[in-house]
Amino acid sequence: MLIDFFLHLKANKLPVSIKEFLALLEGLQKHVIEHSLDDFYRLSRAILVKDETHFDKFDRAFGEYFKGVEALPGMDALIPEEWLRQAVKKHLTDAERAKLEKLGWDKLMETFKQRLAEQKERHSGGSKWIGSGGSSPFGHGGTHPEGIRVGGKSENRSAVKVWEKREYRNLDDSVELGTRNIKIALRRLRRFARQGAAEELDLEGTIAGTARNAGWLDLQLRPERHNAVKVLLFLDIGGSMDDHVRVCEELFSACHSEFKHLEYYYFHNCVYEYLWQDNRRRHSERIDTHDVLHKYGNDYKLIFVGDAAMSPYELLQPWGSVEYNNAEPGATWLRRLTGTWPHAIWLNPESEHAWQYRQSTSLIHNLMGGRMFPLTLDGLARGMRLLSK
Amino acid sequence: MRFAGSETYVTTADLTLAVNAAVTLQRPLLIKGEPGTGKTMLAEEVAASLGLPLFQWHIKSTTKAQQGLYEYDAVSRLRDSQLGEAKVADIGSYIVKGVLWQAFECETPSVVLIDEIDKADIEFPNDLLRELDRMEFFVYETRQNVRARHRPAVFITSNNEKELPDAFLRRCFFHYIKFPDKETMTRIVDVHFPGLKPALLREALEVFFELREIPGLKKKPSTSELLDWLKLLLAEDIPPEALRSKDHKTAIPPMHGALLKNEQDVHLFERLIFMARQNR
Repeated sequence: MLIDFFLHLKANKLPVSIKEFLALLEGLQKHVIEHSLDDFYRLSRAILVKDETHFDKFDRAFGEYFKGVEALPGMDALIPEEWLRQAVKKHLTDAERAKLEKLGWDKLMETFKQRLAEQKERHSGGSKWIGSGGSSPFGHGGTHPEGIRVGGKSENRSAVKVWEKREYRNLDDSVELGTRNIKIALRRLRRFARQGAAEELDLEGTIAGTARNAGWLDLQLRPERHNAVKVLLFLDIGGSMDDHVRVCEELFSACHSEFKHLEYYYFHNCVYEYLWQDNRRRHSERIDTHDVLHKYGNDYKLIFVGDAAMSPYELLQPWGSVEYNNAEPGATWLRRLTGTWPHAIWLNPESEHAWQYRQSTSLIHNLMGGRMFPLTLDGLARGMRLLSK
Repeated sequence: MRFAGSETYVTTADLTLAVNAAVTLQRPLLIKGEPGTGKTMLAEEVAASLGLPLFQWHIKSTTKAQQGLYEYDAVSRLRDSQLGEAKVADIGSYIVKGVLWQAFECETPSVVLIDEIDKADIEFPNDLLRELDRMEFFVYETRQNVRARHRPAVFITSNNEKELPDAFLRRCFFHYIKFPDKETMTRIVDVHFPGLKPALLREALEVFFELREIPGLKKKPSTSELLDWLKLLLAEDIPPEALRSKDHKTAIPPMHGALLKNEQDVHLFERLIFMARQNR
């Protein structure tokens, strides 16, 4: 049964390994938990899932697999509490356990109802009737591998509620970003995280130190200098982006504390010959895009943030912009920008599935050479990985 | 040996189970969670309640995995050789034992805390795989194999600044300390301030959770901030009524500096209050 559970998790794209699965079995063998689904849920989560971003996925997979095992509305009320009192626990050997008849779910329910009708008095320790401590599939504290738990002490909230509440939903890495998770992804950009903080010999310090030390050698070490990443951030603002402005601002505020060299510019829909740095004064303080192109070296990494939703004319035709008359089409400007800064990605707050249905989005996707990523933690991670190559 | 919370530390059922599973199966337990939810405290409390010695290893960005095992102090050996000291011949006297070695040598079972492992270099966890798995390592300088007498219970905390390698994660158990709900929070406060007036506590918690709901805060106040704030409220002897004026949306709670640590957050908060007043 548990092998199926393991494969079910695997099929739900949880990164579980055989080593962890064996650890879970070891835990069951050593009686870390009592026979309760709540505890099994907790134990398997602690052992199998190593990242809170997978908790939600795990909750769903677990709920799917154990659906019906716990939730039997009305059943509790039908059975007198007395029958279920914790009684003698009959310990089965593995061989005995294997011999236990494994009933299918439907048949199990049917038999359960049947037994319920037949049963008239308290029962404990046997192998057919509902009660406690036995090996019948019904009751609690028993050892039947596919049993239904009825009543029994649950010291905490009902188990099903824990995973059905989906409390960890907002920790899943495929949902939209908040300030907390965006920082993690952006940190990947900091190169020194990969290079490590190695120490190197400080030659001048060593000479000075040795001299001060009356000629005895005095070695001085210093941490390697970290290389700061330079980033150009182009934010789409206004129009169809208004929904996403909040997400973008979070991205922006997270960026600001991450890099020493960060320059940001706003554009609307697509980049043309003017950009601006203060959105309130976008009409009075425009900056020529040519100036920006010449100002920053090609070691800057370029990040666009925009939904790439616009009329295709804005990209393909001169004079196509909705705002003003542009002499050259947007596509020309995009090629120019990615030509100047080859390390470029486009982050799109729209869901990845929707991209193919928008003409302009797939156009930009092609113009960027496929380097468009959704504005989720996962998309951001992929983008950052590409940028730091 | 079972851990079930302590007089000064409130645990949830998830956490107790994770701790007990890790202790029983002798696997390291990786703890994550919001800052200030008691990740570091956990190891101390487990050690105290099980009556085991605690070895702490606080990680910095320059910490090397090797330093937890041992360090060969080559520089002082070089210096000693120039001074012509006799102990130079014995390389063993220049081996400085690290935290893990001390724990491995311990006569009784012990608890090891590796605090904020994500601060270190990305290769750091990978360098500790064998040590944490087999609980043994080899000292090259003295050609000696150090093996743990009792496998220590290892607690590792992380603030999620870097992702940890898969191979490392597979060897650990994992628990994410969720931010406590109101009931758990009441229990936590109870443990720290036993005599707190219920009225004050209720009002304070309400203000606290409301504050956490404000969108856009850079650093949401957490458990440790709440405890600090309560300490201040008690010290100043502020009555419960002061926390909740007739329309609470328009009053700034006293001593809010203890809850909001970021200037921008305080600013944002005050602006919201100001806006609420105008809309009255």
